[in-house]
Amino acid sequence: MTTLILNGEERQVTSEPDTPLLYVLRDELELNGAKFGCGLGQCGACTVLVDGEPVFSCVTPVLLMNGRDIRTVEGLGTVAAPGPLQAAFIEEQAAQCGYCIAGMLLRAQALLVRVPDPQDDDILAALEPQLCRCGTHMRIIRAVKRAARTLSRAAEAVR
Amino acid sequence: MSPALSRRDVLRGTGALILAFSVPHRSSALTETGASATPLRGLPGSLDSTPRLNAWIRIEADGNATIFTGKAELGQGIKTALLQIAAEELKLPLPRITLITADTARTPNEGYTAASHSVQDSGTAIRNAAAQVREILIGEAARLAGRSTDGLKAWDGVVAGPDGLSLGYGELVSAQLLNVDAQPTSILTDPKNFTVMDRPVARVDIPPKLTGGAAYVQDMRLPGMVHGRIVRPPSYGARLIDLDAAPVEAMPGVLKVVRDGAFIGVVAEKQWTAIQAMRRLAASARWNESAALPDEAQLPEALMALPAKDTTILEVGTPDAASYDVDALFSRPYLSHGSIGPSCAIAHMDGDDLTVWTHTQGVYPLRDALATLCAMPRDKVRCIHVEGAGCYGQNGADDVGADAALLARALPGRPVRVQWMREQEHAWEPFGPGMAAHVRASLGPDGSISAWQHDVWSQSHMMRPGPPGTLLAARDIANPFPPAPPVDLPMPEGGGDRNAVPLYVLPNARAVNHFLPQMPLRGSSMRSLGGYLNVFAIESTMDDLARLSGQDPVAFRLRHLRDERASAVITLAAERFGWNGRPTLSAGSGYGFAFARYKNLEAYCAIALELAIDQDTGRTVVQRAIAAVDTGQVVNPDGVRNQIEGGIVQATSWTLFEGVRFDRQRITSVDWASYPILRFAHVPRRVEVHLVERPGLPFLGAGEAAQGPMGAAIANAIRDITGTRLRALPLDAAKVRAASKVRPASMGSPLPPRSPS
Ligand code: FES
Ligand code: FES
Repeated sequence: MTTLILNGEERQVTSEPDTPLLYVLRDELELNGAKFGCGLGQCGACTVLVDGEPVFSCVTPVLLMNGRDIRTVEGLGTVAAPGPLQAAFIEEQAAQCGYCIAGMLLRAQALLVRVPDPQDDDILAALEPQLCRCGTHMRIIRAVKRAARTLSRAAEAVR
Repeated sequence: MSPALSRRDVLRGTGALILAFSVPHRSSALTETGASATPLRGLPGSLDSTPRLNAWIRIEADGNATIFTGKAELGQGIKTALLQIAAEELKLPLPRITLITADTARTPNEGYTAASHSVQDSGTAIRNAAAQVREILIGEAARLAGRSTDGLKAWDGVVAGPDGLSLGYGELVSAQLLNVDAQPTSILTDPKNFTVMDRPVARVDIPPKLTGGAAYVQDMRLPGMVHGRIVRPPSYGARLIDLDAAPVEAMPGVLKVVRDGAFIGVVAEKQWTAIQAMRRLAASARWNESAALPDEAQLPEALMALPAKDTTILEVGTPDAASYDVDALFSRPYLSHGSIGPSCAIAHMDGDDLTVWTHTQGVYPLRDALATLCAMPRDKVRCIHVEGAGCYGQNGADDVGADAALLARALPGRPVRVQWMREQEHAWEPFGPGMAAHVRASLGPDGSISAWQHDVWSQSHMMRPGPPGTLLAARDIANPFPPAPPVDLPMPEGGGDRNAVPLYVLPNARAVNHFLPQMPLRGSSMRSLGGYLNVFAIESTMDDLARLSGQDPVAFRLRHLRDERASAVITLAAERFGWNGRPTLSAGSGYGFAFARYKNLEAYCAIALELAIDQDTGRTVVQRAIAAVDTGQVVNPDGVRNQIEGGIVQATSWTLFEGVRFDRQRITSVDWASYPILRFAHVPRRVEVHLVERPGLPFLGAGEAAQGPMGAAIANAIRDITGTRLRALPLDAAKVRAASKVRPASMGSPLPPRSPS
């Protein structure tokens, strides 16, 4: 039995300890966000945040996740109430097939926490581990910048 | 067979069906979408093959509508575009319309979702059907009110008249009202009155994809579903000698090992168990390998040495010259579709009925192939399209459908989900074929092209189901189906020879398609088919001819064009780029330009770009790419932009990085390390897409328009910077570095200097 803090909620899972986190998320917890792309840590389709850091869930055994804070794209918002990054991706229509996008969103989320006002080079460097085959890159970059603007406006309003 | 006996007669039953199969390869009956190239009834778009209005549109009692399309969403935004079209012509708000896509039990048979044909085929059908349904509803309102249709108007789901008449669509519709055939002409909405079409409507499929909704076949979870995995042979045609299944069968959670000849599958309760079981099975399998692959380093030569079936596809004037100013061989390697999500399908054998959820591009052809493979009547097999990751042509979708069907048949009652592993997708998908193109051209004394010859060598670009032998599993089972015969797609759309006929006006020209019936590596349709290499070759040659004669590459293209829409996109791209008066750049940077009209029938696309090379590493980055595109009437301008931007980035990846690797027996590029594609560090720094507005003109497919021009524009910029013409794709860092070292940039042409006299 492993205990995860999944999108803020404590969850017990029973998958064998060597099971990669990806299959626990998809098959035991029935979440769709993290995708199988390569199983090799090469494409980023399976990216989730563990204690705020982007991690390839396809090569991360669940036994290492005990008590850790895991965030998937489901934890960023919903169709009815999309989070700022999701809203920016919708605004920019930043998807073609969309299979890569959940991973992009989580890696971008980690970037924006670290660098609230990223320049192009910051975004390119942060997203380098993530592959997109449809060629949606230009829109993804625009969407991340848009989200950064929304977030900084929101932060200013609070101040 | 007499040509007078057309496919039309055959389909109508006036000719014996057997004769249909004796049509030669390049018969007009074969198209990339699987549809007949010969109209049956003279009705618009796919109404021609499915004329009944209620096959396309149903109006429910609450006045909402359901639209049925035989085309599938592949991430190209087709759902939204078709909804826009239906909403516009039905005069019904888009949220009140439901769209059902490719399903053999529910939707029209529209062949394959391919060849940038979906808006043309299905969009045209739905547009006309919706307009006719709207007029039928208006007529019905008049009939019920006992008045003429004068002054009646359909709007917002209501037929209204000046006298206060107001009847909702739901009140007007009755069971048989739409059970009629379409008419050849429709009262279509004038583009200047559009309120939904020609607008950047947000795609309906995007929000669930960004929030973890069940958006893909990979996300489906059916009650009782179990997980299958396949052990594929190590190389093409390998036969299984020995397999030790017993230890795997004894693994907890393993339900079954399925073995039929060289087809090996395993089914387990859990996915991770299935993967581990697959690995153990693979480790225990011993194979007899027989594949003899060509020498990767000599691929173009190997292809050109294969037996070929030659077709002259263009012959005007006297194309033979005593000598040529350009005489060059261009080539591309085999290319991987490279879907980010490996192919996946779910199959369920329920009593006598087999249902397969699949991301195939053609539910009907796959249904037919699976019925034959499983020896089942067609009407007992149902294929339902559910989206997968972007496929860009035929990836493993159909194959994994067959894998799942065979496992489901072995485990009746349980839905079996099969997803390929990354290395299986990379090694086994049908690649975009490797190709060679030889171009020879001469300039006349006036600086215009005086002779032109284009020869292209390629295997088939169309090995999709129908025939069960197109499916991997059908070739591996103990009683295998024969290999499917190679299909040579005919002109005008062409296959390997797609876009091999230049759109330029050439008084003396020949183009020959050398179709290779043999297939050294497994191949089939990949975005733009032969168009990518042919445009690369033609546009590289145009650039060299312009340079040789000291003419501006844009002006040189314009002087060889009579098609005003072609000239318009070229002029627009050049203007928006600032081509005239472009500043001289520092060493390592330069410019490239290219143009094509996809298939010479679809969208026009011109691209001007600026590129920078790090001369020490050969690292190449597009600094800015400015595209101008004419796609006829636009349904969703943002959708077209998204497709063109995507095409530009994907073609940058093909051009700079990609090629399937193999030794003399096995495919060796089996992951993203051995088959690198573009990552963020190499994205173009700026991309602009400018649309030429053509209200009211026919829809032209946009999804494959940018690839050829982008590849050629990159090559032309590398030539501009290094002085060296690179002709063998990919133009990777090693080649670009070597080219940069040949001579310093800014020196003259590497071709023998010659005055155009
Ligand atoms: S699926 Fe995990 S990195 Fe590709
Ligand atoms: S949108 Fe299809 S892979 Fe990125």
